Amino acid sequence: MTTIQTNAPTPAVISARDLSLTFQTGDGPVHALKNVSLDIEKGDFVSFIGPSGCGKTTFLRCMADLEHPTGGSMTVNAVTPEEARRARAYGYVFQAAGLYPWRTIGGNIRLPLEIMGYDKAEQADRVRRVLDLVDLSGFEKKFPWQLSGGMQQRASIARALAFDADILLMDEPFGALDEIVRDHLNEQLLELWARTEKTICFVTHSIPEAVYLSTKIVVMSPRPGRITDVIESPLPKERPLDIRDTQAFLDVAHRVREGLRSGHGDDT
Amino acid sequence: MKRVLPILTVVVAIFALWYAAAVWLNAAWAYDKAERAERTLSISELVTDTWSQDKPKLPAPHQVAAEIWKTTGEMALNGRAFSKRSLIYHSWITFSSTALGFLLGTALGVALAIGIVYNRTMDMSVMPWVIASQTIPILAIAPMIIVVLNAVGISGLLPKAMISMYLSFFPVVVGMVKGLRSPSAMQLDQMRTWNASPSQTFWRLRLPSSMPYFFTSLKIAMAASLVGAIVGELPTGAVAGLGARLLAGSYYGQTIQIWSALLMAATLAALLVGLIGVLQRLTLRRMGMA
Repeated sequence: MTTIQTNAPTPAVISARDLSLTFQTGDGPVHALKNVSLDIEKGDFVSFIGPSGCGKTTFLRCMADLEHPTGGSMTVNAVTPEEARRARAYGYVFQAAGLYPWRTIGGNIRLPLEIMGYDKAEQADRVRRVLDLVDLSGFEKKFPWQLSGGMQQRASIARALAFDADILLMDEPFGALDEIVRDHLNEQLLELWARTEKTICFVTHSIPEAVYLSTKIVVMSPRPGRITDVIESPLPKERPLDIRDTQAFLDVAHRVREGLRSGHGDDT
Repeated sequence: MKRVLPILTVVVAIFALWYAAAVWLNAAWAYDKAERAERTLSISELVTDTWSQDKPKLPAPHQVAAEIWKTTGEMALNGRAFSKRSLIYHSWITFSSTALGFLLGTALGVALAIGIVYNRTMDMSVMPWVIASQTIPILAIAPMIIVVLNAVGISGLLPKAMISMYLSFFPVVVGMVKGLRSPSAMQLDQMRTWNASPSQTFWRLRLPSSMPYFFTSLKIAMAASLVGAIVGELPTGAVAGLGARLLAGSYYGQTIQIWSALLMAATLAALLVGLIGVLQRLTLRRMGMA
């Protein structure tokens, strides 16, 4: 009974304090991010939304140690992003599936496992498990070109899930897909999130997608890239597709739209 | 049939041009002979003569074909395929230094390309030299290479192969640098997110990505190697090889011998480049990149 710590807050999985990133270009400095502070709790599904140039992808890339902030601080799993990357703390899903044409779907999912040194039996076991998770069982021996765009993107999500990272960073993963496929994948992503209890950071520029998926919506605006609003979603965790017609959903969407508009006040 | 017809048309056109050119170029000598014999030539006599001279300016195709058959098929039938007068023997000599030079050049080219892609200093320093090396006429340095290597006691196949290597490493360097750099920024970022080591990135991403570039370079390198081997046989007073046949032919005005050696070289090149084409198709199809 003595071990219960009642008031100690659980440390944030990802925490940014006054994070800034300035690119030096020929036309002078570009403030991709300026004084961004944000905490993401374990199990959150956080969407980053905003017009292009607002720094949402840059922020995600900072978490992944693919960009280096020029000011402020950031921790991922309580360590620096670089240490987190070396510890393989996250899976990253890019906008394009980026599957290797010379590897089968199974071979593509096995790629990070080979790199991380899992043994053969473990690799086979994990490939089977994540393929099942994204509903692609039976496609292990197929080559990427034999699959549709949506299936390829699912395979790339499976690849990011194959190793034991409890954070999933997704950069507009469904941006290149059509509406119908997108709806379907959104539904599957929620299901997957519920089953795996991962922390997901999701960059999008679709308001319905952000509202439908997230527990927390981060609205950003450009020049300089900054956070204008953070919305804790009141929607329940169980979300059928038709939740998008409810008043609660529309209210959240309205607030996101307002946030986007206010951030744009000076140049529209 | 659809693919054969255009090819046949071109072949027929080439033969027609060739026969016509043979009449035109050899006519002077035919008229000369006739004048000395104090007789005039009819058209048909002129044509017959120009197509059957011993040392024509331009031998007719059937003369070249007969010479090639005499020095390949016929000798092979007599069990003398590797006699010193057989074109099969000379082709074999040229092929062996082409092949060795090609392998050495490919190895050198790939090694330099890896250095250039992975090492900034090499990127800045080596590439200009690689390009400069190809601006020197090979005919000018071929004798030097042979003489220098001879002085240090290396003779025979290797000096000729070195000249082939000198010509063939260049397309491989250029192609492989491009190929090894062909993975997109996203693919490289992805490797980074998995904390892949440089060697893992090389073997699993850069090298497979470079394969289409690699095979294209190999085709050019193979043709260049053959040119190198022939050039290498010219200044050495070489006694064997297609280059030696070309040189001997030109010493003695044996145009038919020159043309048959030329055609053998062209056939050899077509076979070798074709072989790489087949390897390319098989590999890329297996890799899903064709």
